[in-house]
Amino acid sequence: MFTRAIYRIVILRDFDVVGTDVSGELVKAVKAAYQNSEKLRIRGGGTKSFYGNPVIGTTLDVSEHTGITSYEPSELVITARAGTRLSEIEKVVAEERQILAFEPPWFGEDATLGGTIACGFSGPRRPFAGSARDFVLGINCINGKGEYLSFGGQVIKNVAGYDVSRLMVGALGALGVICEASLKVLPQPEVETTRVLELDKRAAHVEMVRLMGLPMPISGLSHCAGLLRIRFSGTENGVRAATSELGGETDRDGAEYWQQLKEHQLNFFNRNQSLWRVSVSATAPSLELGGECLLDWGGALRWIYNDSSPESMFDAARRVGGHATMFKPDSDWPTGRFAPIAEPAMGIHTRLKSAFDPKGILNPGILYGNC
Amino acid sequence: MVAATEIIDSSEQLATELVSIVGADAVLTETETLRPFECDGLTAYRELPLMVVLPSSISQVQDVMKACSNRKVPVVTRGAGTGLSGGALPLPNGVLLSLTRMNDILEVDVAARTARVQPGVTNLSISDAVRHLGFYYAPDPSSQIACSIGGNVAENSGGVHCLKYGLTVHNILQLKVVTVDGQLMTVGSEGLDSPGFDLLALMTGSEGMLGVVVEVLVKLLPIPPVAQVVMAAFDRVENAGDAVAAVIGAGILPAGLEMMDNYAISAVEDFVHAGYPVDAAAILLCELDGTAEEVADQIGEVEEIFRTQGAMGTWVAEDAETRDRFWSGRKAAFPAVGRISPDYYCIDGTIPRRELGRVLVRTAELSKEFGLRVANVFHAGDGNLHPLILYDANNEGELEKTEELGNQILELCVEVGGTVTGEHGVGVEKLRPMCLQFEDAVLEQFHQVKAALDPDTLLNPGKAVPTLARCAEFGAMHVHKGNLPHSNLERF
Repeated sequence: MFTRAIYRIVILRDFDVVGTDVSGELVKAVKAAYQNSEKLRIRGGGTKSFYGNPVIGTTLDVSEHTGITSYEPSELVITARAGTRLSEIEKVVAEERQILAFEPPWFGEDATLGGTIACGFSGPRRPFAGSARDFVLGINCINGKGEYLSFGGQVIKNVAGYDVSRLMVGALGALGVICEASLKVLPQPEVETTRVLELDKRAAHVEMVRLMGLPMPISGLSHCAGLLRIRFSGTENGVRAATSELGGETDRDGAEYWQQLKEHQLNFFNRNQSLWRVSVSATAPSLELGGECLLDWGGALRWIYNDSSPESMFDAARRVGGHATMFKPDSDWPTGRFAPIAEPAMGIHTRLKSAFDPKGILNPGILYGNC
Repeated sequence: MVAATEIIDSSEQLATELVSIVGADAVLTETETLRPFECDGLTAYRELPLMVVLPSSISQVQDVMKACSNRKVPVVTRGAGTGLSGGALPLPNGVLLSLTRMNDILEVDVAARTARVQPGVTNLSISDAVRHLGFYYAPDPSSQIACSIGGNVAENSGGVHCLKYGLTVHNILQLKVVTVDGQLMTVGSEGLDSPGFDLLALMTGSEGMLGVVVEVLVKLLPIPPVAQVVMAAFDRVENAGDAVAAVIGAGILPAGLEMMDNYAISAVEDFVHAGYPVDAAAILLCELDGTAEEVADQIGEVEEIFRTQGAMGTWVAEDAETRDRFWSGRKAAFPAVGRISPDYYCIDGTIPRRELGRVLVRTAELSKEFGLRVANVFHAGDGNLHPLILYDANNEGELEKTEELGNQILELCVEVGGTVTGEHGVGVEKLRPMCLQFEDAVLEQFHQVKAALDPDTLLNPGKAVPTLARCAEFGAMHVHKGNLPHSNLERF
């Protein structure tokens, strides 16, 4: 167990970059669009194009800008160009027994790093390990004037300048075309196992809140179809002790469950209905708007299928201190997909958008009316 | 040009208005009452503010900001004043907004594992208030006994445990912020994310340049049942550096991983008698925490790695008393150096860990060249280096020489791919190395971000992000790698 590690760490190789640098072309394209006031629709692998308000514009394809430009396992940092496939990145870090700890959903083989960071999605490990934005250390992007800018860097602690790298995460490209990102990686847990308990939603919710408050090596807490699943990650003895303390059955298909949950491949997601994403405090009560609900993130993330009006979903989530998003509409969605933002924050959004993209050419309207 | 009498008149009017908002006991204008606010933890820079105002509620902060904004008077927000970069240095023509009277813990939600606190609450008092419930607030800057949570947000403070538990930005959920014109805004949410741009991330670490933080919702973590420390001594600094990489490479994520060099060890040992081996070139302190089983699994492994990497000796703290003693030395490093030198100057660069050997060797060379001693303490796990330059401010020119040495060390950090500040912030102190780290277009983008939230540049003006003109002035003094930086600017 111990020897596996020793020789690997001291080898700091020059990383052979396999990929293509098309940042020059991307800069040229954005500059031209700026000059011509031409709206751009930024696209990576296209696996998450269902997300966000529809954008009308000329497609700016980032998927050819590929390659892992540096990876040093002992520094816990990987840097790659935006078009690099997530599958490639996860494969390379897995070879060094490391992981992207925010467990990004792919939603398709072609998922790219850029799209992942622009959407800011995080998987089941999020409440325990952190979100996509938590693991971003640096971003190189092109702003709406066609300037190539580097924010942050490759070190874990860095407070020089405003944290624009993290501001870019989840901004859906509205502030800049992400060209390269540096992410913190973490060691792969030695052991991972899942326990399953038969509980109704209410009882499972109470149990999740209880478990979140315990110092246990938990890395997943989800309730679906009458079953509460608890994932443990850590050292062999640590996980064994925690699981025996908790009881319940070992779920032999546990790994598959978390994978299918992350990728929305569970039966729950197999519906011809619009899917709401509700992000709230883990202790927030049920929104009581009916429909089907799956709990993830220990109760802090709720996937809901119902036919409520957008206003009633936005309001209900806001009343309990969170927010609702129309994640994936079944057909054309008549209104905005994101919860309205009050003033003065909305004004700040508009002015920040202008600060990065004065002509409003980058994914216009993808988040809100003018940004 | 505004006549001096006009400034005095308008400042009297402002004082009267502020008194009507916060009361006479919360507005200070006399020189002797202003004196305690003349500097923060970076004592080399001092300035008296026009006046100090001490609001005790959010609505008072809003009204103060409205009054100042209407009169276009700049505002510097101050928490406990423990910052090390001069971020809270007052402006002679500005109001110093001290938030120390807003120091209540408003609510602890055990089930949600959160605490809602006012900005003047000290970092440690949050953990103290929830310890009996089995929780704590993770970021632990060394000043945690005194520093305020509002200041922690402004600086995105770290501490010895941030490799595993993250910085302030990773441990807060929501902020209430008063904008420059006195509006109240909530950023973040009670959930784990919020719609729109991540203003919570933008506000965190923005050094009081974008708004005034008036309430913070922090995350609480369950206290790990077990924490254990291994100390290892090395006769070569490089071996200690390799040992750090080996621990991380072995898939272990320590709660804390600290390094001290020989000079720091000796200073500390004379001061607190922590039991450090004074003949070592470097020591490492590695803390592991978690359940008893997890820690037991990893502690032996870490000890074995240290031996394989050539440690002269390793010591496991078997009890809490020994563990505290091991840490006491690291925590006393700054005061210990303060004891052997009239003044010291703390640097805060972060480097990729692999560059540690090179940076320490070059720092030692620079130390010799400048004739100033340097003690090194290092958050080794995350590459955050704190060289302490020993100097005597009473010797003419020694402060300037010290700052020049500091600048050169920071330039070195940038050169090897690091940053000029890992956790202390830019403030007034690191404006010059900022010019080296960032290109003009990036600095310009930062200014535009500020303008989006503070169009008249009234919030802590002149800090954190240098103007391009300022960079050009610095550049005239310093030619980097043969290139004159910021060459697109006109020279006068």
